[in-house]
Amino acid sequence: MKVAIVKYNAGNIRSVVNAVKRLGYDPILTDDAEELRTADKIIFPGQGEASTTMAYLREHGLDKVILSLTQPVLGICIGMQLLCRHSEEYNTECLGVFDVDVKRFMPQHHEDKVPQMGWNTIENCKSELYKGSTMPEYVYFVHSYYVPLCDFTIAETNYIQPYSSSLHKGNFYATQFHPEKSGSVGERILKNFLEL
Amino acid sequence: MLAKRIIPCLDIKDGQTVKGTNFVNLRHAGDPIELGKAYSEQGADELVYLDITASHEGRKTFTQLVTRIAEEINIPFTVGGGINELADVERLLIAGADKVSINSAALRRPELIDEIATHFGSQVIVVAIDAKCIDDTVHPNGHPEIDGKWNCFMNGGRLDTGRDLFEWAKEANERGAGEILFTSMNHDGVKTGFADVALRRLSDSLTIPIIASGGAGKKEHFRDTFINGHSDAALAASVFHFGEIPITELKQYLLKEGINVRI
Repeated sequence: MKVAIVKYNAGNIRSVVNAVKRLGYDPILTDDAEELRTADKIIFPGQGEASTTMAYLREHGLDKVILSLTQPVLGICIGMQLLCRHSEEYNTECLGVFDVDVKRFMPQHHEDKVPQMGWNTIENCKSELYKGSTMPEYVYFVHSYYVPLCDFTIAETNYIQPYSSSLHKGNFYATQFHPEKSGSVGERILKNFLEL
Repeated sequence: MLAKRIIPCLDIKDGQTVKGTNFVNLRHAGDPIELGKAYSEQGADELVYLDITASHEGRKTFTQLVTRIAEEINIPFTVGGGINELADVERLLIAGADKVSINSAALRRPELIDEIATHFGSQVIVVAIDAKCIDDTVHPNGHPEIDGKWNCFMNGGRLDTGRDLFEWAKEANERGAGEILFTSMNHDGVKTGFADVALRRLSDSLTIPIIASGGAGKKEHFRDTFINGHSDAALAASVFHFGEIPITELKQYLLKEGINVRI
């Protein structure tokens, strides 16, 4: 099976390569349209800021490539946010796979620190990505922007308010958390995706 | 709800862990990866690897080690020690570290925090502060932490910078630090609990998470720093390395005490 990881200007991509390798696959890290189109599974990972990553994708034609994909795609963290319609982070137009807008966390109490950094639970999980999970389970998050609950929500997390920690539409899947840093729970989620 | 974090700290010299020979029947406790994996399996939420080598050759070994840690460990880890400039940060992040911890270099040149935040984002920067309550005569109630003066030290706690802890932490926060790791030199190694009064003041005045460090001796100390110190995470070394407090047991205890931890 050919697993491709989208290479672009976001951080922490190496961790995803490592995590996929730990599961026994040999992923390729690429920004080549043909390589991406012919892969069986695609991971669109990263940690970063919406406007500069989006600008990079457009500049390199990767926006069109991602939108044209028909095989299973997994967006992670900023990858998930870029698959949405718009982000409040520097007022950025995104890819629009998920017809929902990304908002900034607004602290209600002093304890509500932004970014949310650390382990939080995912609940109401409804997708084959979460096969075998015993809920609620902890996964690792680092983010300042969030996707509200919507029709595409397949897992919820509560931080300041309940929001979407995972989305699904057609061949596109996404997680706000980092499965590659979420211990054995994260490994199972990645494995479920790779075995779709 | 976001869980309170338990973080073991591993000191590394020439690619090997320094402490930690009495750890859960682990044959290679000196191997930073084996030890990190064992902690991860016990339920550690993150790991901190601190390079205490001074030599250039040692630094190279450490970077190679970071690459291997990133390949093998499936939870977030922070690396620190000897980070002086942006190029050091870049080298360690490329090797696969999730966060870097900076201490003396930030005190010497605070702009380094802004630079790292701009290039890599605040989430990668942990500003570590070693501080000591240097004046415990001004308080009538015998509580140095309340109104005593806390100074920041650098170069491994050898040099008093004269900078006030709370002011420096606030500046680091404003410049773009993602977290503050505060070690009380008064409490470090004494095993009588964390500096909860100072920690609470830090936590309540800053907008970023605070990691408590220095003073862990028993399970109750972790509970106290989460409840009284308002700490977001607690770091310790020897109580974990020497198996005095197994992390699995600690987390069960904290859960029973009503603290939200990841089990």
